[in-house]
Amino acid sequence: MRYAGRWRTRLALGVPAGLALLLLVVPLAALLVRADWARIPADLATPTVLPALRLSLTTTSCTAALCLLLGTPLAWFLARSDHPATSWLRALLTVPLVLPPVVGGVALLMAWGRKGLLGQHLAPFGVQIPFTTVAVVLAETFVAMPYYVLAVEGAMRGLDARLESVARTLGAGELRYLRTVGIPLVLPGIASGLALAWARALGEFGATITFAGNFQGRTQTLPLLVYVELERDPQVAISISIMLLAVSVLVLGVLRGRWLR
Amino acid sequence: MSATAPNRPRPRPSLGATVTVAVLALVPLALAACGAGTDSTGSTGRQGSSGAPGAQAQRLEGTVTVLAAASLTESFDRLKADFEAANPGVTVETSYGSSSTLVQQVNNGAPAQVIALAGAAAAEPLDKSLVKQTRTFATNVLEIAVPPGNPAGVTSVNDLGKPTVKVVLCADTVPCGKAAQATFRKARIVPNVVSKEVDVKATLAKVKLGEADAAVVYHSDVVAAKDAVTGVAIQVPFNTRLDYPVIRLADDAATKAFVAYVLSAQGLATVQSFGLGAP
Repeated sequence: MRYAGRWRTRLALGVPAGLALLLLVVPLAALLVRADWARIPADLATPTVLPALRLSLTTTSCTAALCLLLGTPLAWFLARSDHPATSWLRALLTVPLVLPPVVGGVALLMAWGRKGLLGQHLAPFGVQIPFTTVAVVLAETFVAMPYYVLAVEGAMRGLDARLESVARTLGAGELRYLRTVGIPLVLPGIASGLALAWARALGEFGATITFAGNFQGRTQTLPLLVYVELERDPQVAISISIMLLAVSVLVLGVLRGRWLR
Repeated sequence: MSATAPNRPRPRPSLGATVTVAVLALVPLALAACGAGTDSTGSTGRQGSSGAPGAQAQRLEGTVTVLAAASLTESFDRLKADFEAANPGVTVETSYGSSSTLVQQVNNGAPAQVIALAGAAAAEPLDKSLVKQTRTFATNVLEIAVPPGNPAGVTSVNDLGKPTVKVVLCADTVPCGKAAQATFRKARIVPNVVSKEVDVKATLAKVKLGEADAAVVYHSDVVAAKDAVTGVAIQVPFNTRLDYPVIRLADDAATKAFVAYVLSAQGLATVQSFGLGAP
């Protein structure tokens, strides 16, 4: 009887759980099954792939650098502040997380476009953002920065407050405390935040194609190339997809210790 | 610990079974409910097969799913409305995109009864075993679209060769992109292309928003955009003409009637009122 009861519970949870797993795993498995593995090296040598790969690597690295330089201080202020406005600010930061990326692209156009809020003041100086690699970085940063800030803020909140008191009584200023104690302790959080933001930036499609357009070597990143190649040669699109899938799995492997314990 | 286990109140066995049954019953329901709005597979089979194709006397029923090139958006919206008004039992579902995207969708099993494409070349990758009938119903030519006021002063295709003019084109994989490349080859100019968009409407949008100085689109798109853009004609020796085919993928009466309507004098007049040319 007891075993029968346990068996029923397992079945009750196991069947829907198995279905959930199937819904997630089957498409990925299908990608692997439909791939022509012998063709992948040749497909990845298609003349359009290298510029897209180079562009994706450059822009995602710039995005990661922007997150590090601008996002870390923002995370610090969020982690330190108990002001009621902070929770509003944090909620605002999560908006790009849930916003459809194409809406992000439209918003970026309204801000940085030739007739945009900021863009119209840049145009007289000959500075135009849309259709440039800068636009790709802006789009990627828009969608990826929140991941970084929230991850690092979480790590910073976990710091023992007594450490700072001790450092301060020993005569260290706030910046010195950050440099010698605070930052080194949250380095793992910064690393996983960077990996997460980088992976999100690598997959960016909607905001990029809306705001930055699609031009080989300048704004055509790997996801955009997958979309375009699907119409020309689906097998090439599948091969690039497998490369992106491999990168995602690699990033998850790096993050495994922190996020998937 | 193990000694207390038998005394622990056991969960009622029926609970697990109930949950299992409920979940298993709900999954297909949820899928069916979510699919109802988009999936029209098999919904065309209700009308009798004995009726003459296109006969208005017999009451037609069913759903006709039509995939059409982005440049046909306005004209097919009107065709759909007129056909549905004349045949209250028929629902025409339309979806628009680049011709190459639509052909891929059909090849991958998208449930469509009719596909209308920008140019005969776009139909070449289409799985021939699916095609029941192909007819040319319209033609289109390229035109330059510029924002109102024409900030870059574009007056001919040769002006697109100036490095200061930011040009947006359709992607090389879609018909309007291929046609634009052919035009540039004939005119022997190399434009300053800033983006290659996924379909002709996305290309036009960049000019509507004022982000680009010029786009090469179809004449019909410039007509459809009304005051949002200004058209600049491309001279005949450089222009590229496309023959638009309407391809029937099913044999049911409602589908045959819709295609016959597109090809009728009234249907052709509707299409031509949106700036497309006669076949």
